[in-house]
Amino acid sequence: MTEETMTLEVTRYRPGHDREPRTQSFTVPYRTDWVVLDALNHIKDRIDGTLSYRWSCRMGVCGSCGMMVNGVPKLTCAAFLRDYRPGPIRVEPLANFPVIRDLVIALDDFMEKLRRVKPWIIRAVEKPVSDGEYLQTPAQLDAYKQFSMCINCMLCYAACPVYGLEPAFLGPAAIALAYRYNLDSRDEGYRLREPVLSEAVGVWECTFVGECSVVCPKGVDPAAAIQRSKLAGATDWLLSMIMPWAGRR
Amino acid sequence: MTAPRVERPGLFYPKLPATWWLRNANYFRFMLRELSSVFIALFLVVFLVQLHRLSQGPGAYAAYLETLRAPGWIIFHVVALAFALYHSVTWFNLTGVVQVVRLGERQVPPRLVAGASFALWAVVSVVLLWFLLRG
Repeated sequence: MTEETMTLEVTRYRPGHDREPRTQSFTVPYRTDWVVLDALNHIKDRIDGTLSYRWSCRMGVCGSCGMMVNGVPKLTCAAFLRDYRPGPIRVEPLANFPVIRDLVIALDDFMEKLRRVKPWIIRAVEKPVSDGEYLQTPAQLDAYKQFSMCINCMLCYAACPVYGLEPAFLGPAAIALAYRYNLDSRDEGYRLREPVLSEAVGVWECTFVGECSVVCPKGVDPAAAIQRSKLAGATDWLLSMIMPWAGRR
Repeated sequence: MTAPRVERPGLFYPKLPATWWLRNANYFRFMLRELSSVFIALFLVVFLVQLHRLSQGPGAYAAYLETLRAPGWIIFHVVALAFALYHSVTWFNLTGVVQVVRLGERQVPPRLVAGASFALWAVVSVVLLWFLLRG
């Protein structure tokens, strides 16, 4: 009996050699428990060792293996071959990002934006360790919990046409994480994040296409975080106009 | 305007084609929603002209109403109404996502917030209809 196979159409790009990416087809064994990442690993191990891509945990936690699978941003460790039968499956680097080689994209832009929103707990004055933890009620945790599930996989950036058209846009994940810390009862950094969020290329660049929330593999709703940030920013501005003397949060 | 991105040599920078919104149904629906504002704006222009004609007296107003009875204008109004409804329905559906309403420590489910918005819309519409059609 001949072994069942599937075809992968993989984007290849060799910096310094290719002017633009091209497609190369590979035939891999079909296994019901294989994901696209397994097929790529098979290609690298058995067919062409020069194929380059990122991956690490293989269980949807590290956020490294995001690629376009049939044009949709996916974690390739969670995209089963069986869902794409009979194929072929098109595997491309994450959309909207510069390509370094084959399926590897440049992360610098996202990392810089992530740093800019200060996604960590900021305190006006840190309390000494001897005073114990910063306590939080379950309701206070619920307020931001879904936004804390982000794994920085950048699928939302690949799904966002606004980011594709305007690469300076702060983008879904960075804004969702800024919002997550703004919502955290232990945090006091709202004033430091607000100028970054309210820039022209911050929340206001978003036109609410909403696809970022559709493709998120962790159930985060970045589109909601952005619209709520707009509402918070606008309310804040309005209050400062009506009551300039009042202390803002 | 922001400064253009500095492109590093050796990297390939993909360009989003002008037809990106044809790539999936959500993008297409988004574009339809953006387009709806054009028809709503056009309708408002027609409405402003109507008010202007009303200010010119009954004769001018009647003549304008006669113009609007042409099939082309009726088609335009049907299309504008469809876009206005699409815009309104999608707007109210989003209220639950954007506006977080809390009752004590609990968050009101987004569907309930959207439902309340729809209910309020219906009530206001009925009151307006009653006001316009009562006599």
